[in-house]
Amino acid sequence: MDGPDPILGPGQTLSSVTEKISSIVLGRGNTTPGWIFGAFISFCLLMLLNTVITLLAIKGVGIWGINIPVAWGFAITNFVWWIGIGHAGTLISAFLLLLHQKWRTSINRFAEAMTIFAVMCAGMFPLLHMGRPWLFYYLMPYPNPMWLWPQFRSPLVWDVFAVSTYFTVSLLFWFVGLIPDLATLRDRATGKIKKIIYGIFSMGWRGSATHWARYEFASILLAGLATPLVVSVHTVVSFDFTIAIVPGWHSTIFPPYFVAGAIYSGFAMVLTLAIPLRKYYHLQNMVTDRHIDIMAKVMLATGIIVAYSYVMEMFMAFYSANPFERAQFVERMTGQYAVVFWTLITFNLVIPQLLWWQKVRRHQMTVFLISLIVNIGMWLERFVIIVVSLHHEYEPSKWYMFFPTRWDWATFAGTIGMFFLLFYLFIRFLPMISIVEMRTLVHETSETGSHAGLYPVPPEA
Amino acid sequence: MSEDSKPKTLPNDSVDLDVARANLAKMGKKRLWQSLEELSDTKLYRNFLENEFPANGNKDSEGINRRDVLKLMAASTALAGLSACTKLPQEKIVPYVRPPEEVVPGVPMFYATSIAEPGGAVGLLVESHMGRPTKIEGNPDHPGSLGATDAKHQASILNMYDPDRAQAIRFDGQLSSWAEFVAAMGNVRGRFTGNGAGMRILTTTVTSPTLGAQLKSVLAQFPGAKWHQYEPCGNNSARVGAKLAFGRPVSAVYHLDQADVVVSLDADFLLGGPGHVRYTREFAERRSLPKGPSSNLNRLYVVESMATSTGAMSDHRLPMRSSDIEAFTRQLAAAVGVSAGAGSEAGVKVPADWLKAVAEDLMAHRGSSLVIAGENQPPAVHAIAHAINAALGNVGKTVVYTESIEAEPVDQIESLKDLVNDLNAGKVDFLLILGGNPVYDAPADLDFLNALLKARLRAYSGLYFNETSEWCHWEVPATHFLESWSDTRAHDGTAGVVQPLIAPLYDSHADHEIVAILGGQPGVSSHDLVRNYWQSQRTEKGKAFDDFWEITLYQGYVAGSAFAPVMVTVQSDFLKQAPAAAGGAGALEVVFRPDPTIGDGLYNNNAWLQELPKPVTRIAWDNAAYVSPNTAQKLGLKSEDYVELDLNGRRVSAPVYVTFGHADDSVTVHFGYGRLRTGSVGAGTGFNAYLLRTSAAPNFASGLQITKTGKNYELACVQHQTTIDFEGHPAENESVAAVEERQLVQIATLDEFRKDPTFAKKPETTENRELSLYPNFKNDGYAWAMSIDLNRCVGCNACVIACQAENNIAVVGKDQTIRGRIMHWIRIDTYFRGDLENPEAYFEPLPCMQCENAPCEYVCPVGATTHSPEGLNDMTYNRCVGTRYCSNNCPWKVRRFNFYLYSDYSTKSLYGVRNPDVTVRSRGVMEKCTYCVQRIQEAKIRATREDRTVRDGEIVTACQQVCPANAIVFGNINDPDSRVSKRKAQERDYILLADLNTRPRTSYLARVRNPNPAIRA
Repeated sequence: MDGPDPILGPGQTLSSVTEKISSIVLGRGNTTPGWIFGAFISFCLLMLLNTVITLLAIKGVGIWGINIPVAWGFAITNFVWWIGIGHAGTLISAFLLLLHQKWRTSINRFAEAMTIFAVMCAGMFPLLHMGRPWLFYYLMPYPNPMWLWPQFRSPLVWDVFAVSTYFTVSLLFWFVGLIPDLATLRDRATGKIKKIIYGIFSMGWRGSATHWARYEFASILLAGLATPLVVSVHTVVSFDFTIAIVPGWHSTIFPPYFVAGAIYSGFAMVLTLAIPLRKYYHLQNMVTDRHIDIMAKVMLATGIIVAYSYVMEMFMAFYSANPFERAQFVERMTGQYAVVFWTLITFNLVIPQLLWWQKVRRHQMTVFLISLIVNIGMWLERFVIIVVSLHHEYEPSKWYMFFPTRWDWATFAGTIGMFFLLFYLFIRFLPMISIVEMRTLVHETSETGSHAGLYPVPPEA
Repeated sequence: MSEDSKPKTLPNDSVDLDVARANLAKMGKKRLWQSLEELSDTKLYRNFLENEFPANGNKDSEGINRRDVLKLMAASTALAGLSACTKLPQEKIVPYVRPPEEVVPGVPMFYATSIAEPGGAVGLLVESHMGRPTKIEGNPDHPGSLGATDAKHQASILNMYDPDRAQAIRFDGQLSSWAEFVAAMGNVRGRFTGNGAGMRILTTTVTSPTLGAQLKSVLAQFPGAKWHQYEPCGNNSARVGAKLAFGRPVSAVYHLDQADVVVSLDADFLLGGPGHVRYTREFAERRSLPKGPSSNLNRLYVVESMATSTGAMSDHRLPMRSSDIEAFTRQLAAAVGVSAGAGSEAGVKVPADWLKAVAEDLMAHRGSSLVIAGENQPPAVHAIAHAINAALGNVGKTVVYTESIEAEPVDQIESLKDLVNDLNAGKVDFLLILGGNPVYDAPADLDFLNALLKARLRAYSGLYFNETSEWCHWEVPATHFLESWSDTRAHDGTAGVVQPLIAPLYDSHADHEIVAILGGQPGVSSHDLVRNYWQSQRTEKGKAFDDFWEITLYQGYVAGSAFAPVMVTVQSDFLKQAPAAAGGAGALEVVFRPDPTIGDGLYNNNAWLQELPKPVTRIAWDNAAYVSPNTAQKLGLKSEDYVELDLNGRRVSAPVYVTFGHADDSVTVHFGYGRLRTGSVGAGTGFNAYLLRTSAAPNFASGLQITKTGKNYELACVQHQTTIDFEGHPAENESVAAVEERQLVQIATLDEFRKDPTFAKKPETTENRELSLYPNFKNDGYAWAMSIDLNRCVGCNACVIACQAENNIAVVGKDQTIRGRIMHWIRIDTYFRGDLENPEAYFEPLPCMQCENAPCEYVCPVGATTHSPEGLNDMTYNRCVGTRYCSNNCPWKVRRFNFYLYSDYSTKSLYGVRNPDVTVRSRGVMEKCTYCVQRIQEAKIRATREDRTVRDGEIVTACQQVCPANAIVFGNINDPDSRVSKRKAQERDYILLADLNTRPRTSYLARVRNPNPAIRA
């Protein structure tokens, strides 16, 4: 596990860690022009999203480019993409916690925040894409005198349960992990309002041994609950497609393929966020090159699983001798959306192979660009699966192109704005790295003696 | 709408006052003009006009769309109406104290009436809900209908409710009244007393016996007056051709049921022309293979320039320029032993085996063959066709001749020319125009508008105020045929009555009433006029006549009034005349045809017909310049190029559409579009092809020049939006292959069918497909199912409109059509097989398959689409939240989604046309074919009340009812004796995409062709 690089930069002490992380939140002058600029752009995009939602409410989903046969377009593409992005956070915070991967410590908090924000973005799309979104509660099993229930054979109902469970568990897990840090902030805050607000959310944390014991237990329990969700949520999302009989959707490979794809895009998004963050807030000592290197390796590994899935999918299309399936894949490769398909192959399969070289993995800018490319590639993958499959189905008379409208793009851009605005607020008002866990890490690494100059300091809270 | 912010005035410096004065002087005093710019006819003004009425319809990409504009325009029209017209009658209305016995709320009543067409009326039964006509059906006993109608008849009901209809009487653009009009006409009458010179009446083709008699009586009173007739797309060639052949304008009545071999010379006789509804039935019966492999098929040869429905039904089709068909006809005549002039072979390439084989086939079927010439061919071709039929002994068997059904058959082009000459000579003081729209559709060389303005008093009556009425002093709204009394004649002469289903919605009046004023009978109602006429024609008097009249109204036609055949002999001297000079080889010809959906322009503002994809080309909302792939390649054109068509200096701009099976070096254009004054639906659609048509060449002309403008024009093509890219990969070729592979249309020749009668069934369907984790659902009651015979379907689109009318299906507009959101519940898929130059075309009507294992049902998260015990795949609109998952999972893509609020909730006049038994869908819900579940329920309720089961044939779906070809049969497959069970038991029965194992209830009977082995081996 221990590579040539440490997972914690040299010279970190318990107090320096606390000071460093909490000062980003509490320090004066941290509302920098850069932060304001970024937050403002994100806010504008969020307002664009508001506009779109208003227009959707007034006019209907016709403002998008969807049609018959392509009845699902950007909305579902975005839904799957955002859900996928969320997966890395859960994987890092829960799965790796259970596996005692220490390097996760410094990235898990913001990765988890990313999960929550991504699921929020994702969760909007199934609502927005409905023809009559004000009746969304028909999808939930609520008691009513007509004895009408959702139709439990439909994967969309499974989606409702999967996504809402996922969001609930992720939020709880994130919040429970935040409690000791919120208490630290409460104690360190100078303003009265800050003290009160952080005080409320720290839920009376005093740092007693009982608190710590319950905290540890709750964390492990929630990690245990969240871990299966890493696999299950995207499996259920993939059922939206596999259960249908559309050529290009109806495939047993989808659940593992979707999960791998989700982690792939999730790690890409974590990298997209981590690299600028650590540079801007000078966190290189906590989110070290080693972290970037490990995440790039995970990305490479999941990318290879995804590549294998693509190849198998195509092989099965030819091997099955199903004319519809074959025609579908020939259409993908040579048809009217061939450019999209080959871009996706280049972005998801070819370019990430650069990560085999350590030099590439250690070059921040390159890793950042590759992570962006993978994000785009994964979005295109969902587009190809959804739109390209639908536009070229069984009946040649109903082969019809999908052209996104400006409102399709606006919706997508709007959710990106919402995601980043939430993230900007998060880094400004909450500790983006877990103080508690970092201190534990400092403590643990000092015991192994790998950190000279470390002296024991009792926890402050 | 950025257009709104544009200033609507023009800079002054562009006006040339001298030019304006000169133009004003030229026009005379009566012409209305609007602005100096108009008069000086500046380039800027023309630009302004073009911007105001852009050739390319309004297509704002998203957000605010064409529909909104339509709505606004409809609303503004309605408001204009409020301030303008429809004086409410000062009459007391008393609600029912004791309701009339026959009116039961919720139970529709049917009245017999008929719709007049230039070639012969079609009898109708019109459904009326509480005094409100909602749906038109064919009258099964009427010889022109046999229970069916075509798409236009179905859609004609929408014209009545059209908010853009003419609504109030106007004089010089100001509101006036019927009383004033009557007084004015009285004055006219007084002025012309005695001689009547200077009085002219222009009508469309008059087939109404009463109106004919009225007009003749006016002429008798005013010997100097003249009555002219002009119909832009009537039967002039046939009429003149018959006169040429026989010396008198007899009508030909065909008996396609007697014909084993049919040759069509540019005749789309299944889709238009006299008797086409009946002919489709007769033709389809001969294609139906009633005895399976041992039955015989007729054989149809079609020679035509553009692929039509009839061409698609043919066993052999020869694409040929329209101008070459006369030469072909003469060669054919010579081959069957009729000497028909010489010297026409040059330059016309006919595959030798083709001509020989057709001639031999015809001669082998003397007395049971038929040659039909199309209206688009000159009279000579009609005459030669008559001569061929006579020589083959077909007269009296497959074709009989009767007196013309028209009140006064005349050469209408000559008649109009005559009128124009008189107008230009200043001989016309008063011109009454009844219907039609000559300013728009008269031959361009006659310059009708300028001639019209020379008449001193002009009156127009029509269903719509249009380009012609705009230049008339009096504008009188005419009644719709569902609002008025009249009479008609069918193609075989059978007299029918037109009886009103509703009082006129507006201040409109029948032609009868207007002519009656001139005839000295002001104030006599059209009912009395029609009844009096028939009283004068019948021998029955008093009570006997009352009985006759009542029975006639009940039946909708006068029994036994079909014309007796007349004996005519071909006068062969015309055969010796030299044929008209065909355009030299290589010269581009332009062929004029009425539009297959909106006709000559009368239905221009009919949204149902505008949105109806045209047969074969599948284009809605526009006309185009249709060319063959070869010609397109030669001229460097591709579909949707916006080009300028120049025919001897007459120009019009049009989009190109490359269509398969079109003759090379030929361009087909359709009439009916490019209207300058029409309603909100028709505004901005298409281009006006009449601008190229001259009286010398009303059907086709040679010498067309095409210049590219460099612009593009988007066409709403509902099947394959892709344009053909000749350099690269023609997408349509791929679909040709795909159809074969997917076996959506199963095709065999008669010989193949006899060898392998079950060729259509895939092995998957015969294997045991019952294996399932879930036990199969069994229902011993009704099990509804449908069978569609592809051998009968002629792709006429009537079912599409019938379904739209029955099920309140919304119209979405051109922009939404381009976006792939058309709402039709049944569509006519068109597939091609073979080369691009002359492929075989196949129609496949596609309603919901009503799968037993429906893939749409299990994916719906809210259970809004569920299965009924009777096998219907039901939609619960209330429950639908609009995830559209069901549509994604439907392999046939028959589900339709309300992406916006497509149903018109705001236009009040359109409320009337809706079927009260069917929900009007709101935005955000999915909808689809229900097998007309409202009709099923209605029949079941009736059966339950009468304590019996539903009889076979008692439930007729809208598509089945309208089908002229009887291609669709619906019924209960649990009853082995039902018609649908028997059809499904036929060897040709197959289902689409059988290997998906969804077990559709809709199945198809495979297409069997009957090619002549002598052609193309």
